[in-house]
Amino acid sequence: MMNMTRMAAVLAVTMTAAAPAVAQSLHFPMLNYRTGPFGPNGMAFADGYQDYLTLINERDGGIGGVPIRMTECETAYNTERGVECYQGIRGDSPLVIQPLSTGITYQLIPRTMEDQVPMHTMGYGRTSAVNGEVFNWTFNYPGTYWDGASVIINYLLEENDGSLEGKKIVLLYHNSAYGREPIPTLTRLAEHHGYELITIGVDSPGQEQGNQWLQIRRERPDYVTMWGWGVMNAVAIQEAANIRFPMENFIGVWWSGSEQDVRPAGAGAHGYKSLAMHGTGRDYPIYDDIQEYVIDRGLAAGTGDEVGTVLYSRGMYASMLAVEAAKKAQEIHGVEEITPAMMRDGMANLVITEELMEELGLPGFGPAFEVTCQNHGGTGEAMIQQWDAESGTWSLITDWIAPNRDLIMEMVMEDSLAYAAENNIEPQCLERSGG
Amino acid sequence: MPDTLLFAMEAALNGLTAGVMYALVALGFVLIFKASGIFNFSQGVMALFAALTLVGLQTGQIPFSHLINAIFGTRMHHFGWTLPTVVAIAGTVVVMVIFAWAVERFIFRHLVNQEPIILFMATIGLAYFLEGFGDIMWGAEVKRLDVGLPQGMSGPVDDLTFAWFGYGFYMDRLEIWAALIASLLVISLVLFSQYTKQGRALRAVADDHQAALSVGISLRFIWVLVWSLAGIVALVAGMMWGAKSGVQFSLSLIALKALPVLILGGFTSIPGAIVGGLIIGVGEKLFDFFMQPIVGGATENWFAYMLALAFLLFRPQGLFGEKIIERV
Repeated sequence: MMNMTRMAAVLAVTMTAAAPAVAQSLHFPMLNYRTGPFGPNGMAFADGYQDYLTLINERDGGIGGVPIRMTECETAYNTERGVECYQGIRGDSPLVIQPLSTGITYQLIPRTMEDQVPMHTMGYGRTSAVNGEVFNWTFNYPGTYWDGASVIINYLLEENDGSLEGKKIVLLYHNSAYGREPIPTLTRLAEHHGYELITIGVDSPGQEQGNQWLQIRRERPDYVTMWGWGVMNAVAIQEAANIRFPMENFIGVWWSGSEQDVRPAGAGAHGYKSLAMHGTGRDYPIYDDIQEYVIDRGLAAGTGDEVGTVLYSRGMYASMLAVEAAKKAQEIHGVEEITPAMMRDGMANLVITEELMEELGLPGFGPAFEVTCQNHGGTGEAMIQQWDAESGTWSLITDWIAPNRDLIMEMVMEDSLAYAAENNIEPQCLERSGG
Repeated sequence: MPDTLLFAMEAALNGLTAGVMYALVALGFVLIFKASGIFNFSQGVMALFAALTLVGLQTGQIPFSHLINAIFGTRMHHFGWTLPTVVAIAGTVVVMVIFAWAVERFIFRHLVNQEPIILFMATIGLAYFLEGFGDIMWGAEVKRLDVGLPQGMSGPVDDLTFAWFGYGFYMDRLEIWAALIASLLVISLVLFSQYTKQGRALRAVADDHQAALSVGISLRFIWVLVWSLAGIVALVAGMMWGAKSGVQFSLSLIALKALPVLILGGFTSIPGAIVGGLIIGVGEKLFDFFMQPIVGGATENWFAYMLALAFLLFRPQGLFGEKIIERV
């Protein structure tokens, strides 16, 4: 009995002491996947995301002096579990949701709209969320799948002296909401540029692609583009090497261009290309800080050996953009402790300049862009990177390539206005939160 | 010869080799089900675990290094040496035998005489345990598996078919090797069960547990033996599939490819697993080939299960399975 009383007293003191700490923090939830068939990909992203937030806490004492509180929920890249995770955190003032899954994104768009929680789907999700007048609470800067598809075509135009007339291009896609996203853009661009588009689906997870590559071999396309994820990427690259498809003509989206996708194929993957929405490698000053404040202090989310890899870099980039948006929100509202609605204002007014990137220790890492109510998608620029199997590194082989934004904005307006009509949304810019 | 027919022949030929890859996974299920009546849900994860162990031993990875580093603040990942493939394979076989012993000792010994559904549920638990255990032991990152098997287009098949039809068929050398290895495996299993004392004991247990026990056959030994054999089959399947895609969690999902094969071939027949694998392999490739222009492809998973469902309606025990008659 004595023990119980003492325990209750200790518990009460602990809870009283802990309560203010919880209140004075900025909640950054993480919907991660470290398990399941896509775990190896989700893990590197999650580690990068978490390590950057840890760096901000350790080096700067949080954002504007308010510590960041991180919570993690495992989705296993499963839409139902992702929605459950969101349901679990929606009441805990989550500043921004990053679901890292197009399927989960589609489910969360109406929910986050209703709950007034901002969502950032960096380089994935619903492309037409670029129209911030319809999708007030969803952001997809600095680029979207439609931008990615257009950047690939613009790159191929450059490679072919400005004409793709008569060329044959295959889109090998993950048979899911994610994989099907670029089809409308590539179809419209095919009408524009006169190439023949052949779409070939691969069932998830994509371990078996024998027939798809037999078809590619028969069709003899000039180029193959890929919207794959997880094991599908590695198998596709191996199969391409098997049928002796020229690797320099095989280009994946940014989700099909990590070390894990190319390493299993060994030397066969040499020359494979993919989109890059940011730089890779450890040659950025930020990594010195991550080493000093996070890894050396034993606070790294992972083992520390994935630092600088493509997906780690992407997670860190997403985290950096979230932190900058929070700073912007604090600046706009003149308070340190911001709400999700204030965070949305920060995201809607985010300005990323080359100077800011340099100041953050990431010179040239990502494109400069400005978010507006009419454009939640940034500039959509991307670079092309190529795999060197001998050195085991990606090399950037182009500068930033701009997408065909006129066509994409036209498609964005069509799709987003149709969504607005279906859901009785009156397109308009949101007023800033009153705080 | 019309192009469509040639392409269909190529798809069918590739279906045969893909079918062998499916059969490799199905074999492990059959072995355990035949000897103990347990549908081993963890067979796919066993293939993943075996492949992880093989790569770990080959590359000199320190087991549980992430755990050790997290507890003691060290940064050890590798011993600094590598093992020849043959030695690594032998080491993995030893690990799979220890695993088989542990499964019998810690799980099934306590579940003797339980309903089949209880045993099945135990294998589901085992699958989840082994999945996490494998991750902790060897790490969850994608690993490259190189056991020296050739990959890529088979030159002789290409040349030969080109000479015959004016069009060179594509066949993956890895899948040709897989077919050879699967044949060897089946022959070895048949010889083992027909001509060795342990093999005969295994068949006796498969035929009638009670009768086998009454003549002094140790059920525990047979269970360890059969789980060891299933572990070796899992290792071969893990090697073949891991060489294609790298060793990663998705390997455990190859079990899903084995289910329609088992329904088709029967849960108790080794030749059934092979024939079932071939039918599923050829069927799904041809169906996808002809339906791709109409429905856009990606029909393989769907078709395999539809075919299995159709078989269930007409021959529930599968092509080679034993018809179970229960008198009530």
